[in-house]
This record gives sequence, structure tokens and C-alpha cells, in this order.
Amino acid sequence: MTDVLPTMPGLPTGETVVDDTPPMTETREEFDVEIKGTVGAPFVDDPKMSARHSNVFYGEKQAIFDVSLDIGRNEIIAMIGPSGCGKSTFLRTLNRMNDTIPICRVEGEHCLDGEDIYAPDQDPVLLRARVGMVFQKPNPFPKSIYDNVAYGPRLHGLARTRAELDEIVEKSLVRAGLFNEVKDDLHKPGTGLSGGQQQRLCIARAIAVDPEVILMDEPTSALDPIATATIEELMDELKSRYTIAVVTHSMQQAARVSQRTAYFHMGKLVEVNPTNQVFTTPQHQLTENYITGRFG
Amino acid sequence: MEIGHHISQRYNQELEEIRTHVLKMGALVESQAENAVKALLERDGKLAKKVASSDYMVNRMEVEIDEECTQVLARRQPAASDLRLIIAVIKVITDLERIGDEAEKIGRYSRKLAKKPPITGMHATLSHLGELVLGMLHQALDAFARMDTEQALSVITGSNNINDEFDDLSRLLITYMMEDPHNIKQALRVIWCARALERIGDHSRNICEYVIFLVRGKDIRHTDLQEILDEIPDDAD
Repeated sequence: MTDVLPTMPGLPTGETVVDDTPPMTETREEFDVEIKGTVGAPFVDDPKMSARHSNVFYGEKQAIFDVSLDIGRNEIIAMIGPSGCGKSTFLRTLNRMNDTIPICRVEGEHCLDGEDIYAPDQDPVLLRARVGMVFQKPNPFPKSIYDNVAYGPRLHGLARTRAELDEIVEKSLVRAGLFNEVKDDLHKPGTGLSGGQQQRLCIARAIAVDPEVILMDEPTSALDPIATATIEELMDELKSRYTIAVVTHSMQQAARVSQRTAYFHMGKLVEVNPTNQVFTTPQHQLTENYITGRFG
Repeated sequence: MEIGHHISQRYNQELEEIRTHVLKMGALVESQAENAVKALLERDGKLAKKVASSDYMVNRMEVEIDEECTQVLARRQPAASDLRLIIAVIKVITDLERIGDEAEKIGRYSRKLAKKPPITGMHATLSHLGELVLGMLHQALDAFARMDTEQALSVITGSNNINDEFDDLSRLLITYMMEDPHNIKQALRVIWCARALERIGDHSRNICEYVIFLVRGKDIRHTDLQEILDEIPDDAD
């Protein structure tokens, strides 16, 4: 398209247009990395879970700085940010998974339905039944498919009879969208399934104890696009029954599945906004840089 | 607004190329419009013919830029300001292409007008309308090139003048036609040209609206002018 180039006043002619384009106005304070609190809407009415002034330390090193965030009922909230930004650490504070790390110390207030989950009388095992977790790598127990799903209900005594347990297992597998694929193989080992099936098995295991919240830490990063689409579809269905918080490295995934998106950067919560806003008009320059693939 | 600074240098180049191509297309369309107005006012049949037969170049550029945008959408999945840039470009080039069509129309009518004796008393008003419209188009393209929302807003604010000018011209021509029905054919050609100029003004205004969308992320189409003015300056950072 270089054969015709008439003059445009104010612009040079010929092949030099690229080099001499006039400077653009309206640059924001670009690459200003100072984070002054969280922008956007971190709080919602009647949240399912809430964190206030959350600080997390690994020994001397602080991993989370004063994060305050609500997780609304029956919503999917996506947490995004570069590696080491603290999003997984924050997710793990929500079901006290960090308790398992001796040098880890958690400060601030973390509530489930308004109850402090770090209160001395809280049993972390019971808490984790209410706030389930699905991990990056599918980690089925080296047991049968049936026993994988039945593990939680047995542990928490949710079924009195074999028939009840059968029912829970079937219901969970149906909700996880796996039942039809495995119904004739329930006593085969869970580790023999494909990656996507294993991850759905882990989701079935998480929902077998009838949790209220499901935390997902990069649930599809080890899966192919088809298995990923199946999990995302499943998340959308589960949303009507559960509250879901998902940490993901895939911005497209955050854009596809979540209603709100939280952007973490160097241990701080930079921006929380409705997902449709974050991916079209993010409020903070750091969010913009991250989702558009710019350095800053 | 920044186009560069992506981690992927290739991505920076792709976006910069698209922007450059839009500026080139804008320059071509502007020269088409300028020549059309010149041919109309100076009754230059040769220039009019040239304008009428050059529109294919504008069309070709529209198709090429569209294709480049499609590629970026498919391969880069742009987000935030990059996404807004691509969307704005796709819309801007549609309006540019239509401006090209209007210029072509003016060229066609001007050729015919040049063959007949001129309509007296029309030149000053027509010339003023042409000046206004070309100025508006130039400022709109400039606002896009510099991503300057203030200038874009001032173009939008000024666009009402064109409607007034067009109405004045219509009244003049109606009188002229009533004086002698033999004038109707010529007068209609003039009014079609004026109408085309007015449309160029509308398309220029659209381009300015996309500039504001691109920079601010706000869609101000079909919004009352006062509402826009109330909303935008508050946002000025």
C-alpha cells in the first residue's frame, strides 16, 4: 500500500511516516509501579468470604501485603498476576492451607460467612470440607475412582450406609461431568484416567463433601484445550451451587469464566473490578501492562 | 495511550504497522476529499474525473487493514487498550471508506456540473461548507494520529456548524429552483454534493468518537453533546 501517499498536513510524506509520527498525547504516568492501595471494587454486599488487612509471611519474608478482598456468593472470582505475586498464597489463606507450612504466619481477618476462620476454636479439617481445593496437577489418591470420591464423605461421616455413600459418589461424579465416562470402571484406579478426567475426578472429590467454596489453583494449566473447555464449562455450572475462587495464569481463562477479576502484583492487590471492565478498560496501569503483555 | 512496550517486539510492530496504514489511508482519503471540493468549486472536469476514478485505492486499503486487524485478533487476542485500538481502527476505516465514497460522488457530479454554465450566487456558500468539512476531516484525522481526545471533543462540538451551513445552502437552492424549473437538474447536483460534504462531516465526527473510545474507553456514540462534555473533562485523569 505504498504506491499512493498523498500529503497529510502535519505528517511527513513518503516512507518516513513510521519514524516521524507526532508524539502521542495523553500518556498516563506510565510504568509508575507505586501501588497505593487497591483500586476498583474489592468489596461486595453480603460476601461469602472476606479478607481484611491480610498479611502473610514466610519466615522473615512478607508474601502478602495488606490485602482486603471479598468473595461474593455464587460468583467466580479470578485471581491473576505474574509468578510470585502472591495470588496462590492468598488463595491458600482462605482454607488455612498455609497452616501446613511451619514458617508461614498469617495476620489479618479472614471470614467465612462472617466467622473468623483463624479463630482458635476452628477445626482446619472441618474448614477444608467447607472450603475445598483443586490443585494445578491432578492429584488423585492411588485408589479406585470410587474410593477417591468416597474418601471425604467417609472421613467426615457423611454417609451412614453403603447405599448413601454410593449415592454421594454418583451425584458428585455426575456434577463433575465425569460419571458417564467412568460409571462402568468405578473400581479401576483413578490414576489410570486421562489428565482432564483426573482433574474432574479431583473436582468430584472436592464437591463430594458438599463444600460451600471451591478454591482452584491453576486447575487447567496441565490440561489440553478440550479438557480445559470441559473444566471451564463445569465451573460455570458449579457456580450456581458453590462460590469459586480460581487462580490462573491464563488471562483468557480469567476473561472467559469469571465475573470479577483481581490483579495481584508483588504481594499487593492492585485492582479488583468486574471482569468485563478489567479486560477492556482496566483502571490501573499495572493491570493494563500485565493483560496486554507489556513490561513495566 | 501507548502502542509499544509489549514484551513481544513483533506485536509492537504489528500494531504500529496497522496504525501507520490507517494514517496513510486517512491521508489518501483526505486528498480525495480535497480534490473533490477543488473540482467542484473550480469546475475542473479533469480533476473531478480523477477523483471519481481513484476510489478503488481507498477501498483496497480498507480491505488490507481489515485483514491485518483480523490477524491480530486471531493471533494475539488483544486486551484492554490494544483491543480498543483494533476495534477503533476497524471502525475508523469503515468511516474513511465511506468518506472516500462521498468524495467519489462529488467527483461524479462535479464532472457533470462543469459541463454546464455555473449557478450564480452559490460559490461562496459552497466554498464555505467545503472549507468547514475539510477542516473537520483534517482535525479528526489529526486527533486520531495523536490520540488527542481534547481535539476530538472540539471537532464534535463544532460539527453543528456544518448542519447550519447545509440548511442555508438548501434554502438558496430551493429559491433558485423555484425561479426557473430548468435549473432543477443542476441545482439537484449541487445539493447532492452539499449532502455528500455534510456526510463527510458526520463521518469525521464518528472518527472523533472512536478516538475518545480508544483513549478513554468510553463509548459516546448517540450521546447528547452536553452529557459528553459533562462526563469527559472530569475523567481527564
